[in-house]
This record gives sequence, C-alpha cells and structure tokens, in this order.
Amino acid sequence: AVSLPFAVGQCGNQVGCRFWDLALREHAAVNKKGIYDEALSSFFRNVDTRSGDNGPDIYKGKICSLKARALLIDMEEGVVNEILQGPLRDVFDSKQLITDVSGSGNNWAVGHKIYGCQYRENIVEKLRKTAEHCDCLQCFFIIHSMGGGTGSGLGTFVLNLLEEEFPEVHRFVTSVYPSGEDDVITSPYNSVLAMKELNEHADCVLPIENESLFEIVNKIHQMISSGKLGSTVKQNSLVTSSAGSAKTVPEKPFDAMNNIIANLLLNLTSSARFEGSLNMDLNEISMNLVPFPRLHYLVSSLTPLYTLADVNVPSRRLDQMFSDAFSRDHQLIQADPKHSLYLACALLVRGNVQVSDLRRNIERLKPSLHFVSWNQEGWKTGLCSVPPVGHSHSLLALANNTCVKPTFIELKDRFMKLYKKKAHLHHYLQIDGMEQSCFSEAISSLSDLIEEYNELDATKGGPRIDPSRLKIAV
Amino acid sequence: MSIVTVQLGQCGNQIGHEVFSALCSDILGTHGLCSKNENQSYQDSCKERFFCQEESAVPVARAVLVDMEPKVISQALATAASSGHWRYSSRSHFCQKQGSGNNWANGYCVHGPRHKEAIMDLVQREAERCDRLGGFLTVMSMAGGTGSGLGAFVTQCLRDAFPSSFILNHIIWPYGTGEVIVQNYNSVLTLSHLYHSSDALLVHENDVIHKICAQLMNIKQISFRDVNQVIAHQLGSVFQPAHPAGGGSGYSRNPLGDLMETLVPHPEFRMLGLRNIPQMPESSLPYSTFSWPGLLKHLRQMLIANAQMEEGIDWQVRPPHAGSSIPCTNKPLHFNTSIANLLVLRGKDVHSVDLGSFQDPSLYTSWLNPQEAFNAWKTPRAFNKYEKSATLVSNSQFLLKPLDSIVGKAWNMFASKAYLHQYTKFGIQEEDFLDCFTTLEQVISSYTNL
Repeated sequence: AVSLPFAVGQCGNQVGCRFWDLALREHAAVNKKGIYDEALSSFFRNVDTRSGDNGPDIYKGKICSLKARALLIDMEEGVVNEILQGPLRDVFDSKQLITDVSGSGNNWAVGHKIYGCQYRENIVEKLRKTAEHCDCLQCFFIIHSMGGGTGSGLGTFVLNLLEEEFPEVHRFVTSVYPSGEDDVITSPYNSVLAMKELNEHADCVLPIENESLFEIVNKIHQMISSGKLGSTVKQNSLVTSSAGSAKTVPEKPFDAMNNIIANLLLNLTSSARFEGSLNMDLNEISMNLVPFPRLHYLVSSLTPLYTLADVNVPSRRLDQMFSDAFSRDHQLIQADPKHSLYLACALLVRGNVQVSDLRRNIERLKPSLHFVSWNQEGWKTGLCSVPPVGHSHSLLALANNTCVKPTFIELKDRFMKLYKKKAHLHHYLQIDGMEQSCFSEAISSLSDLIEEYNELDATKGGPRIDPSRLKIAV
Repeated sequence: MSIVTVQLGQCGNQIGHEVFSALCSDILGTHGLCSKNENQSYQDSCKERFFCQEESAVPVARAVLVDMEPKVISQALATAASSGHWRYSSRSHFCQKQGSGNNWANGYCVHGPRHKEAIMDLVQREAERCDRLGGFLTVMSMAGGTGSGLGAFVTQCLRDAFPSSFILNHIIWPYGTGEVIVQNYNSVLTLSHLYHSSDALLVHENDVIHKICAQLMNIKQISFRDVNQVIAHQLGSVFQPAHPAGGGSGYSRNPLGDLMETLVPHPEFRMLGLRNIPQMPESSLPYSTFSWPGLLKHLRQMLIANAQMEEGIDWQVRPPHAGSSIPCTNKPLHFNTSIANLLVLRGKDVHSVDLGSFQDPSLYTSWLNPQEAFNAWKTPRAFNKYEKSATLVSNSQFLLKPLDSIVGKAWNMFASKAYLHQYTKFGIQEEDFLDCFTTLEQVISSYTNL
C-alpha cells in the first residue's frame, strides 16, 4: 500500500529532500539483493529507464531505476532546482514537479487563492497520474510549514483538493509551526488561516515546532562534545544525521532539524512497509488516535536520539527508551504530555523488542500518566521487526494529548496582536476571494478547538461515575 | 472427517500457521510412546482431518488464508514451505493491500461484501477437497479490524452456505491493557455477531497465555511467537485424534460435532474456555513425570476456582454440597459453575484413569445429569513430547469476568461517544452498537445466573 507525500513550499521541500534521501538509505540497508519488493513499492516506483525516462514500471525483479512517488510543489524554484541538481536528481522526474518563479511573498492568500486557482488543473492531473501508478493508495502526506505563503496557503489548498478527488484516502499532514521569534511577521495570520483548513480537512496532523527540533539538535551536540558518552556514537544512528545517505555536500543549517522530521515519517510508515509481529498501518493510526473528528492533532516523540557503538543492549537501556519517549525534551513540539491529559497514545516500536518489553513498560509508565475517563487503557501498539539504520531498536510515540493546547493558544495570541491593529491585513484583503470573514472564521475555528481542549481538561473527559449498564430482565 | 481452517487477519494467520506446524511436528515425532499401530492410526487420522496429501508430496494444510494486507500471509506461506514437512496450497489465500484499519465496520460492511465471492470460492474449493467435511474452524482475534469484522462476516457466509456444517470460532481476546484502543468496541461487535451464526466460541486470552509463558515456560523476553506457540499446543491437544468415550476403538470421525454435542447443549451458552496441563519448557520435559491423579486433581481445582494455570490455584474454593439443587444466591463465592466439561487425555496409562471427580454433580448446573454434562476423550498416544497431557474444554463461568470487563469498558467509551464517527462512516450506527450490547448483556446475565 502506497503512502504518497506532497512536499509543498520551501520548508516542505527541504524536509522532503531529507526524507527521500534517508528512505533510500533505509531501504538500501535492508534490501541487500537489489530486488524490488513490497516494502520499496510503498515509496518508490521501479522504472525501466534503459530507453529513457518514460520507460514502463517494473513490478518485480531487480531494481532498475527507483523513482519516488511524490509531488514536489513550490512557487519558487530555488529549493526544487537544488534537489534536481543534487544526488537525488534521478529519483524525480519533471512530471512530478510543479514550480513557479515568484514565490508567495509569505502570504497565505497568494498561495491558497491565487496559485491554488492557477495550478488546480495541473495539480489534479499530476496527482491522478501519480495515483495511477499505485495499485493501492493508502494515504497522502502533506509536508509543509504553516508560517509562510506557499507551504501554508497552497499546501492547504492541496489538502482540500485531495479530499475532493480522493475522499477515502487518509490525509496526514506534517506541519511546521512558526515560533514566537519567527522572522516572518505575518506568520500568525498564515498559520491561523491554515489551521482552519487543517481542522476541517485533515485526518491527522503532526505539529512540529522548530524550537523543539533546535533543542534536540543542541542536546545531541552537547552530549557528543561533552565526552560523557563512554564509547563512540554511531554516526548514522543520530536522528539528526545524513551520514550514509546520498547527500555529500556539507550540511546546511536546517538539515539536522529536517532529518528529525524525515525520521519521524520513516518511523511512522515503517510497520506498513516492513514485517513485524504486530503490524500498525497508517489507517490504524487515525482510527485509534482520533476519537472525535476535530481532535486530530498528535504530539510525536522519537527515541533514542542516537545509538552507541556497543551492541549489547541491556533491558535497562531499552526501558530508558520508553521513559524518554514521554519526557518533555523528546517531544517535537513545546509540550509536556505527562502533565496534561491523554485521549489516546500509540507506541510504534522497531527492532528487537517483544511484546513483553512493551507490556512491562506500559505497566511501569501508566501510573504517571493521566488518561481520559473513557479511555483508561487507551494504548495502540505496533511491533516492527526492522529497526532504523544504525539502531537495534527505536520507538515512535504519538499522543493525542491536551498538551497541544498551549501551542494553539500562543498562536491565537500572536494572531490577535496583529489582527487588533489590522496590521498587514490589506496584503491579504486585496487578494481576490479574500474577505474579512476569512479571518474571523479562521480565528473562530481555532478558538473552538481550544475550547474543546479546555473542556476535556476541565472534565477529564467524562462523567464522574461510571455510566450504568443496560439491565436485562432475568 | 476433515476440518477446513479459515485463518483471518494477522493474528489468525500467525496462529493458524503455528497450529499446523505443531500438528505436523507432533505426528512426525518419535515420542508417541504407544504401539506402532496406534501411532499409524493417529497419523492417518490427523492427516485426513487437517491435511490433504497427494501421493508422495508434502501434505497440504486444509486452510484458507484471508487478510486485507499481504505481509503476514506471505510470511506464513514462505515459512511453511521452508519447513519441508508441510505447506499451504499456493492457491488458497486471499489478500488485499490496504488493511482494515482496526475498524470492525470496515471489515464487516466494506471488505466483507466486496470480497465475499472470492473468499467463499476458496472455501468452497477447500471443502470440496474433503471426502467428508466435518466443519469449519475459524481463527481470528477480536481486537483488530480484519479478523474481527471480516471474520464475523465470513462466519455468517459460512453459515449461509453450509447450513448443516459445524462452525467453531477460535477467538483471541486481546491483552486487557490495550493492543488496540478500540479493541473493546471491536470485541463487542464481533462476539454479538458470532453468537448468532456460530456454533461455539473457543477462547484464548492473551493475558492468560502471557502468564503461562512467563511463569511456567520461563521465557524471559516473550514474543508473540511464544504466545502463539502455546496457543497452538493447546489447540492441538484438543483437535489431534482421540477416542471418544464409549465409542469403538477408532478415533473420532467427527471431532467438531462431538465437541458441540458434548459442550453446547443450549444455544444461549456458547462460550468455551480451555485449560491444558502440564505446561513447561521443552528442556524440562525429560526430567518431569506426572501422575494422572495428580494432573486431574489440579485440573479439577483449576475448573472450580477458575484458575488460569496450574500455579497459584486457590485450593480454598469448594463446590457447594453435593446432591441438593442450590439456588444461585447460596453458591460459595468464586465457585465456577459448569454447564458441561470435556477432558482430553493423552499419553501413558490413560486407560486406567479415574474420572469420578469430574462427574461430581455439585460441579454442574442441574439441567443435565453429570453423565451427560461430562465427557472424556482419550488416547495412549502422547502429544507434542509430553508424556502425559490433560486438556479441559469447559462451558462454564470461566469467561464471565473477562466478558463483563470488556463489555463494561466498551460501554464506558460508548457513553462518551468516542470513536463512533469512525464506525458510522462505514455503516455501523449507534443502534447497531446498542443491539450488540443487549445481546452480550443477555449472555452475561445467563452465565451469571447459572
């Protein structure tokens, strides 16, 4: 089953680039014989390019030329061009790219209304073509940032389009939220306008905050340079590293952070691609983690951040991995799930970890976590046999937890600061199709969402007493 | 008579594979401890029941493999083939790519009808390969989406297509602290639907088997494979050939029918639990000896006290005074009342076993006399390297508490309406849930008032 990523905008494409690179690295590590298998087919087509780029797909047998199943969309050419000139150039062909020249000027309305309208046909056509090559399309991924114009505006336009054209295919969105110090002044406007779309059209959203990624990068830096680590760190195991991938040019500033997101997506899809004793598909993730349609924001954490070179892993270290997954500093947004309310939690384990390890750790950690009254045992678990590159095991935790609330509240506050003064509004309102009501509806949608989380926090989710069961006449 | 096994979903296919493996290695083993004739008879009977064999070829399991994603079936097929001792037919599986997403409604309302023809076609072909069809065994979990939802749909189709055949659903109950968040919904939907189309539900609980692995088998890092192998051993101990009591010298020709006849006298009571002793690591087997009186004493107390395994049995629990008919309010606390019990005894000196303690009327409800409520199957042929092995299949209050717990948790979630939108979008409405809850509350009430 295929997962189809759409990288939209500058951030989306930079992350996307890391993603494809690390995906190839992961499959190369597992697939020693060069055979095109079921696992590879979820992200790549196998094309016979001997007679040119338009060769037929080869469904079995030896790998000829791997092409990523993806659409790369940007309204500026810089990032996409770089990809096409870099080591990944053969992985994409021109039919998967949609680019323009002038960018969206960090304006959601330009991305959503102008470019959306202009490129609609083009996007639909390329989407259909890409989908045709997939024998079973399971889900779409949109990778974008919320604060700019293209990723945010055109990205959410694509989200709408996907719902219209393929209503049954799940829509996952990985959204990078702007920080308070974001240098794009209008990022709160762009983000809130985009949030409304995410509220209404996404099945699952994985919010990411740059601050968290940055902190993780620093933490790793410190650990390595402090010399506290007894043995050498395996370079390719670092959640931030590109070691062993195709990328040979020196790392760009955001590469380390983007690698984290790329690893998130790889881990998320690992159980759908590789075998294991308890498979976890993407459909299962949205089924189990979204108890009410609008509460679909999932906080993610990845552990371990790196592996040491020594091979033997005592179960103490394995248990540490589980503990870390719940700690504040491993979350990919500024949030503390341990001190907020869980609606649901998923644990996707990779590598040599068995069900008893999983259960032992759930039992151990449960008492310190607060679960909603109607889901006291709300755990979704998956065991995938194949670990990530450089690791013997790893864990991805996804939490539907009220700890997302502060992120949304801050976003709302930053929005209101600008909106009250009507700062920069004219840049948006002068765009065809944009009205004041777009803003008021968007902030209203966000407020309602925050209110739902407040409600949950207040009531812990349910009646104080257990609802009485149905009575049967004896 | 032959049994056609239908393996559904990841759990069903993983377990089904271990079962056929266990059956095969048992008949090929040299530990039979009985006469050559007996052994030959046993092998032939097992092969007829579970395998189809052409000439000198490797036996082919009488099985249909169904899953909505391909990875598990691929593995099962490959692993079986590589054993060299048995295999699955290359044309008896059906799979799709997208999975059921742990959604019962998706399995039942979408995949079921869509793939009914293809799946029933495979079943029909497998059934036709049997000289005499003894019935169907389905293997599934009730926590996920395929085994549970599609499994319930397929069971209904089996009932419609084979109205006079026996259908036994082997169901895995998930760990209490979650494998799947919506497992209690899926379980309630599965059990209530199966109650209407199946003959009996034979249950294994992951929590119980896990404890056996930890405490009796001494496994440190327990994997699902370990759990599945214990389950396969327990199922094998029931379904390998045995002589029904009072019958001639031949092995039972109708195992499923015999099972139903002895254990399911009333359609309201279909839930069967399983206990098998002894259980130990293979390495300990050569150093252990058991006596039948010892084994039976433990098994009887496990029945009465509702113990999950042979360690930690509460010996304080006693049946009420024999002879009198006891109103249920006077029954001693924690006493597990039985409707019917079946013992399957395998191994040395089995002919000399005294089964009187299981015929004690105080163990049973008053509807059947103990001679009807209790049955035993025996064979001197040892099973799976155990010199002696005793299995109890019980229609009793074994599963009352776990069932009540599942229904309670599902109801709690239902009251908050959590996750309902995931089911309604595929066609299962709130009223459908209510019907299912009603069915199961009825079952709980019936078992409570034994």
